[in-house]
Amino acid sequence: MSKKTQDKHEVETTGHSWDGIEEYNNPLPRWWVWVFYATIVWGIWYTIAYPAWPMLKGATAGYLGFSTRADVAADIAAVEEQNAALTTELASIDLTTLADNAELHQFAINGGAAVFRANCSQCHGSGAAGAKGYPNLLDNDWLWGGSIEDIAFTVTHGIRNDQSGDARWVEMPAFGDILEEGEIDAVVNHVLSISGQEADATLAAAGETVFLDNCASCHGDAGEGNRDFGAPTLNDAIWLYGGDFDTLKETVTKARFGVMPAWSEEFRPGVGLTAAEINAVAAYVHQLGGGE
Amino acid sequence: MSSSDTPPSLYAAREPVFPRRVSGFFRSMKWVIMAVTLGIYYLTPWIRWDRGPELPDQAVLVDLAGRRFFFFWIEIWPQEFYFVAGLLIMAGLGLFLFTSALGRVWCGYACPQTVWTDLFILVERWVEGDRNARVRLWNAKWDFRKFRLRITKWTLWVLIALATGGAWVFYFTDAPSLFVALLNGTAHPVAYTTMAILTATTFAFGGVAREQICIYACPWPRIQAAMMDEDTITIGYREWRGEPRGKLKKGQETGEQGDCIDCMACVNVCPMGIDIRNGQQMECITCGLCIDACDDMMEKIGKPRGLIDYLALKDEAAERAGQAPTPILKHILRPRTILYTSLWSAIGAALVFALFIRPEINMTVAPVRNPTFIVQSDGTIRNVYDIRLQNKHGEARPFGLSVSNGSDLSIDVEGVDGTLVTVPADETYQVRVYVDAPATSDAAHAERTPFTFWITDLNNNDRAYKETIFNGREN
Repeated sequence: MSKKTQDKHEVETTGHSWDGIEEYNNPLPRWWVWVFYATIVWGIWYTIAYPAWPMLKGATAGYLGFSTRADVAADIAAVEEQNAALTTELASIDLTTLADNAELHQFAINGGAAVFRANCSQCHGSGAAGAKGYPNLLDNDWLWGGSIEDIAFTVTHGIRNDQSGDARWVEMPAFGDILEEGEIDAVVNHVLSISGQEADATLAAAGETVFLDNCASCHGDAGEGNRDFGAPTLNDAIWLYGGDFDTLKETVTKARFGVMPAWSEEFRPGVGLTAAEINAVAAYVHQLGGGE
Repeated sequence: MSSSDTPPSLYAAREPVFPRRVSGFFRSMKWVIMAVTLGIYYLTPWIRWDRGPELPDQAVLVDLAGRRFFFFWIEIWPQEFYFVAGLLIMAGLGLFLFTSALGRVWCGYACPQTVWTDLFILVERWVEGDRNARVRLWNAKWDFRKFRLRITKWTLWVLIALATGGAWVFYFTDAPSLFVALLNGTAHPVAYTTMAILTATTFAFGGVAREQICIYACPWPRIQAAMMDEDTITIGYREWRGEPRGKLKKGQETGEQGDCIDCMACVNVCPMGIDIRNGQQMECITCGLCIDACDDMMEKIGKPRGLIDYLALKDEAAERAGQAPTPILKHILRPRTILYTSLWSAIGAALVFALFIRPEINMTVAPVRNPTFIVQSDGTIRNVYDIRLQNKHGEARPFGLSVSNGSDLSIDVEGVDGTLVTVPADETYQVRVYVDAPATSDAAHAERTPFTFWITDLNNNDRAYKETIFNGREN
């Protein structure tokens, strides 16, 4: 009896022996083996139920019809359905009251950020800081107005384009055909002086007359600009193309002709922005720090 | 190479274990520990703790959706998960400490697998009787009685398993309202699914698999060997005293026979189905039930207790050689345990320290780098900062924002008049802050100017700050 119990826990060998080296047999529990078989069965079922086997044209679809692409489409549809009420409201809202509706305002800003990245950042920069010829949208200077409605109008119709009849369009003449070079040098010095930069006092004084005769009708007597014409303020620190002598001279001589497309789907069928998207991007740009 | 006619099977069927009822010191201790641990598990979610109107009043709550962990007066935010990591490290070191000092006390007394298996065996004994009755029932043909007993047992097991899975989900949402929702069928499907899975695993692990989990599924028995040495106090059989074993026969006592009368009491009570007289083995969870069983028998035959006992391997050898065993304290106090204890205490002290210096309000400042600065029409230089304000209070708090650098920087908060921001209760609230330097100021022209953002909780004047940089136009 005692012998038997003691032997019970001796480890058996498989009976295999190589050069006197024997192999212990520590048997696996049988239920474990069955679990292993079950995983094989599960694996086979899985390849039948889900897309798995590579064929000549794509993989087998699986009888459950699962597709990650369809899942994404369903998720997007679900989100759009969830946001449908907000989107409808945003499309028709009076933009001046948007900030009073905190939820809708946040919805517009978040959506507008995405619209901006996809459509506007190519010119205005991903941080909206602009570039030479492309206005910085973060500062407090606006060519055509910085209220949320002004911004929405600019996005809808664009600037100096043939798409929209309502596009903002006033054109600066090339004064190289109108003024003598000496007059241009003088007026540029005047502009340098009114914007607080170093200038030749004599030329600047002479340039004031040239300025009042040729430029003031759009840019204002003091160079304060005029938004009705999209005429930039000249007596400040912000320059769209550059405020140094050479750049200013080039601007006066050859003029500038910045174009922005009309973004509304009205003028770009199929690829333009919806009313809700335009309001969203206007709300986004308006709250970047410069909005009026 | 030799071969036998019938090679041994590579697979072994499970040998059912029918632990016999036993009573004694270690059994009583196991009952107490079972009651305490199960009590903690089932009752904790029902403890209430007032944190103010905006926060849950459940003392222990893992709020996955809100990404918060509430533990009585402590609230952990996701970025403070290192507290949980620290606790887990402490739990690991604690396990090492106890294992190196006292063997597998965790396995034998406190492991959920052991506690629930013990509970399931208790129910089994109530329904089907003690060991011998259960063995008979196991071998019996399926008749009405067997059917009735099995159904009763399984029903009770399912109820326990259901309560186990049920208690688990209460840790993740408000327990009283979830309880009502579970009953009237309106709870979230995840709650039902979790309960179903945990009910099934509890039933399978505690009722059916039992010691198989410890032997085949749990990594700890394999790791423990690294924690134990000859000083570790574990279950041992005083072989020098017990052997040669033999049945006790009246009038035939000879001096040669050892104290072990081969009554199999130690084997019969073992929940792991092993024979401790073969020495320490991987299956042994050191629950001490064999000690209770053997001591009981030794008393009955008038022999000293302790044939099977908690003892260190070193002592077994010393006793065999006729020397005095080492005092228990000397076994326990050795470099390994002292190291574990000091590591454990150091981490614990660090966590407590971190807990006390943790601010109730905080902020992070992310300067917007695209662009680094903006020129306003009057030449003012503007920098933009995304600031996240953290309010850990259970109510909304007004935070005053300010900057300090001794220069003339001024601040403006997007969407807010002034510099007062109301941060909702228990939230991180992001604001965009504009910092302006006048055209002629040093900051506007310097490449970089360091300055500090301050927030002040206007309710109690708590303050927090972050240092950052103002980018000028570099000319």
